[in-house]
Amino acid sequence: MSAPPQEPPATSAAADAPEGRVVLDARDIARALTRIAHELLERNKGAGDLVLLGIPSRGVPLAHRIAARIKEVEGVEVPVGALDVTMYRDDLRRHPARSPHPTAVPPGGVDGRTVVLVDDVLYSGRTVRSALDAMNDLGRPDVVRLAVLVDRGHRELPIRADHVGKNLPSARTERVMVRLEELDGIEGVWIR
Amino acid sequence: MSDTILVKGASLYGATTADLLLRDGVLAEVGPGLSDAGARVVDADGLVALPGLVDLHTHLREPGREDAETILTGSQAAAVGGFTAVLAMANTSPVTDTAEAAERVLDLGRAAGLVDVHPVGAVTRGLGGEELAELGLMHRSRARVTVFSDDGRCVADPRVMRRALEYVKAFGGVVSQHSQDPSLAGPTSCCHEGELSGRLGLPGWPGVAEEVIVARDVMLARHTGSRVHVAHASTAGTVEVLRWAKAQGIDVTAEVTPHHLLLTTDLLAGYDPTFKVNPPLRPQEDVDALRAALADGTIDAVATDHAPHARHDKEHAFVDAAFGMLGLETALPVVASVMVDSGLMTWTDVARVMSSTPAAIAGLEGQGRPLEVGQPANFVLVDPAAPLTVDRDASVSLSRNNPWHGRTLGASVVATFLRGVPTVLDGALV
Amino acid sequence: MRKHLLSIDDLSVDDVTTLFTTAAEMHDVQHRQVKKLPALRGRTIINLFFEDSTRTRSSFEIAGKWLSADTINIAAKGSSASKGESLRDTVLTIAAMGVDALVVRHPASGAALQVSQWVDASVVNAGDGTHEHPSQALLDAYTLQRRFGGPGSLAGRHVAIVGDLTHSRVFRSNVLLLTMLGAEVTVVAPPTLMPSGVGSWSREVGFATSYDLDEVLPKADAVMMLRVQRERMSGGYFPSAREYTVGYGLTRDRLRVLGPDVPICHPGPMNRGLEIAADAADAAQSAVLEQVSAGVAIRMAILYHLLAGEETP
Repeated sequence: MSAPPQEPPATSAAADAPEGRVVLDARDIARALTRIAHELLERNKGAGDLVLLGIPSRGVPLAHRIAARIKEVEGVEVPVGALDVTMYRDDLRRHPARSPHPTAVPPGGVDGRTVVLVDDVLYSGRTVRSALDAMNDLGRPDVVRLAVLVDRGHRELPIRADHVGKNLPSARTERVMVRLEELDGIEGVWIR
Repeated sequence: MSDTILVKGASLYGATTADLLLRDGVLAEVGPGLSDAGARVVDADGLVALPGLVDLHTHLREPGREDAETILTGSQAAAVGGFTAVLAMANTSPVTDTAEAAERVLDLGRAAGLVDVHPVGAVTRGLGGEELAELGLMHRSRARVTVFSDDGRCVADPRVMRRALEYVKAFGGVVSQHSQDPSLAGPTSCCHEGELSGRLGLPGWPGVAEEVIVARDVMLARHTGSRVHVAHASTAGTVEVLRWAKAQGIDVTAEVTPHHLLLTTDLLAGYDPTFKVNPPLRPQEDVDALRAALADGTIDAVATDHAPHARHDKEHAFVDAAFGMLGLETALPVVASVMVDSGLMTWTDVARVMSSTPAAIAGLEGQGRPLEVGQPANFVLVDPAAPLTVDRDASVSLSRNNPWHGRTLGASVVATFLRGVPTVLDGALV
Repeated sequence: MRKHLLSIDDLSVDDVTTLFTTAAEMHDVQHRQVKKLPALRGRTIINLFFEDSTRTRSSFEIAGKWLSADTINIAAKGSSASKGESLRDTVLTIAAMGVDALVVRHPASGAALQVSQWVDASVVNAGDGTHEHPSQALLDAYTLQRRFGGPGSLAGRHVAIVGDLTHSRVFRSNVLLLTMLGAEVTVVAPPTLMPSGVGSWSREVGFATSYDLDEVLPKADAVMMLRVQRERMSGGYFPSAREYTVGYGLTRDRLRVLGPDVPICHPGPMNRGLEIAADAADAAQSAVLEQVSAGVAIRMAILYHLLAGEETP
C-alpha cells in the first residue's frame, strides 16, 4: 500500500505533546528563528535576491516565519516557496511510495538568486542532498545556503548547515521531534 | 482368455449384496456366498457394483493432437473413471469422416484394449457443414459407426441437418447435435451471456443459441421421423423443449455433462481458461434444471465431453484459449456428489444414465447390460464412502485442463472390469 | 495500492485520492522546463501492446520517461497465437529480460489479469478487450474533478456515459470509479449496445441506465461520449450512422441543451459527425485535450506508486 499523503493533522487531535524531554520551547524557537533571520541578512548583506525554499512539511512554515522576521527588520518581502524532495530521495525503495508534497517556486524563479533551503532537522544530510538535486531541475541559483532549526549531528554526507537554530548532540537511537503551531497545533522540540 | 475372478460382497446397484463370478468374459454366477474355488478373489465389501460406464461423448485427440491425448491414454483415463466403452468424437485431424478413418480409430482402441472405443462419424465432410460425409460407408465398415456428429461445430444448415436425419434412418443411425446457432453464438462466444459476461467484457454465448437449434432439430426429427440426440444440453430452456418434444412422442434423446451439472458460470470471473468450455458453464438456475431433468428422465444420459488440451493451448487470453475440460476420470464421482448424495437419484438410476441408456442410444451390444448371469462382465466397483480429492497431476490423461482440481467429489472408482478382465484395481490401472 | 493495477476494483477511495494528489504534482512537472523526476531511475517499464494504440502507449511512455524509467515499447500485434506461441510464453520471454513493470494492452478481456499471474513484474492494464481501462477512467475522473473544483467535488454530480457500452472498456472502468467517488452515473445506449445483464449489474453497482439521451442530458453535470465503431453496423447493433447520430450523438442541438460549464469528455479517437459533432468536440467546454494532458500526470502517478516504493513481496 502507498501511504496516504501526509496531510497536517487536525489541530485538536494533535495538540498532545510528544513524550520526551523538551529541548526547545516556543520562545526558544522564536528566538532561534529571529537569530537565523539576522544572520541571513548579515551574510547576504541585505534581503536582495534572497529566496527562501522550505522543505515540506515543517520546513515550509519555518521559511515563512523567517521571511516574516526579515520583513520586520528590513521591510522587504522575501519570496518564499516550497521544494518537495520526495521523488529525489535515495531511500525511495525502502518505504512504501509516498505522495509528493507540492513544490512551489515563487514568481521570479531561482535562477541567479540566493536560495536558502529551510528545514526543521538536519541529520544524515540525505534530505538536503535530495533538495539540491531537486533544485537542479528547477533552475540555477547563484548561491544555495541551508538553514535548519536543529542540527542533531550524525551526518552521512559532506553537508553542513550555514545557519543553525540549535546544535543538539544526540544518540542515533534517540528521536528528535519538532512540532509547529501551523501544522501540529503545538510548538516545541522534544528528544526521546 | 481371462482368469476366473470372484468379486465378493459387492452391493449390486447399491441395493442387494452378492458375489460375482467372472469366467470367460461373462458373469458366470451372481448370488450370495459363491465358492471361490480356483478363483482369484477381489474383495468388494462396501463397494457398489454398476454396469461398466458408457460415454457417448469423448475427445481422444488421436489422430492429430497426440500431444494432448492418445487413444491409449484416453482409454486409460476412461478405465480409471469406470468406463468400459467410449464414443470417440470425429473432430480429429484428419476428421473421422470416412470408413478408413473410423476403422483406424477402432483398431487403435482395440490395441489399447482398455475400453471399447467406438468412433463417432462426422455428419459432414471435414466437419464443413455442407456435404454429407460417407455415413453409410462408415456404418458398413468394421467400425459399425452408428452415431454421427460434427461436435465442436453445429450442423447449422437446416437442410443439411434434415438430410442427415433422413439418411441415417436406413441403418438406424443417430445424429448427435452440437446445438449452437453460429449466428447467435459465434466462434469467439465463450461466456454464458448474462450479467457476468457483461461485466467481464467476454463475448456472450446465450442459452437461446442452443435452444433454437434444439427446437429446430426436434421439429426436424418429427418431420423426418428420425432420431436426434442432443449433445451436452446446458440450459433450462433446452430442458423445456426436450420435455415438450418427448411429450409429443418425438424420438429425441439428450445428454448432460458432469460439469454442467455442478460448475457454474461465476467460475469465469478470474478468466481462468480451465473453465472455458463449449457450451459454457451456466448459472445455477440452469444447473438446477439440468439436475431435475436428468433425475426425471427428460435428459437421458450423462456424457463427459472429455476434452483434453495441451497446456499451451490453454495458456492464451481467455477468448483465444481452447474450449474444453477433462471429464472421464471424474464423471462418476461428480454424478455421485450431485445426484446420489443429494438424494435425486439411486445407483440404479446412475446405471441407467451412465451405462444402459447411453449404450442403447449408441446401439452398442454387450455394453450397458444388467448385472445378471450370462451378461458380459463389464462393470465398475465404486466406493461411495471414499470421496475423491482431485489432483490434476495424478491424472492418467496427457492433459491437465482439469476443472475439478482440488475439489472433493462424492465417491471414487475402485475397479473396472472389461469382459471379465480388470483394467483398474484399487483405483489404479492394472 | 497493490502490486498491479488491473481493474478499478483493485483501488480503494484512499488509493484514488493518493493517485490524484500525486497526479496534481505531476501535472505541475509537465509545465516545468526540466520535465524529469528521478523517482524511477534504474527501473525498466515495457509497454507491451498487442493492439494498436497511439494515445495510451505514448502517454505511458512519456509518463515513464519523465519519471526517469527506461521505457521500451513492444508491439506484439499479429498475436503470436497465430505463430503457435502461447500468450504465457510471449510474456515470460519478455519478462525474462528483467522488467519492473509491464504495461499491457490486449484485445482480449482478462489478458492483463492473466499476465499478472505469470510474471513477477508489476502489471498495469492499459486496456484489456472490452473489459477495463483503469488508467483512462482515472484520468477522466481526475479531469472532471479538476473541472468541478478539486477533491471530493465529484460527489453528487450527474455524469452521463453515452455510446457503445457493450464494447467499451472505458465505460466499465468509469462506471466503477465514478460511482466509487460518489457521482450519479447514467449510462445511455440503444438496447443493442447495452451490456448483457446490465439491469442487475447496475442495481448492484448503483448506476442508472437509459435509452433516451434527450431525457438524460438536461440533468447532466458532465457528458462522456464513447467511440462507436462503424463496424458495429454490420453486426446489426444499429441500422445506420445517421440513425445512431439522431438517437445518441452529441449533436449541435443537444450541445445547446447542455449548460456552458458542462464538461464534454471523449476517450478518443473521436468519430466526428457520428457520436460527437465537431461543434461539441471543439466547444470551450470540451475537456478532450485536458484529458490527454491529465493522462500523462495520472500515468506518472500510477507508475510512481506501483514502482517507486519498497518491493512488494
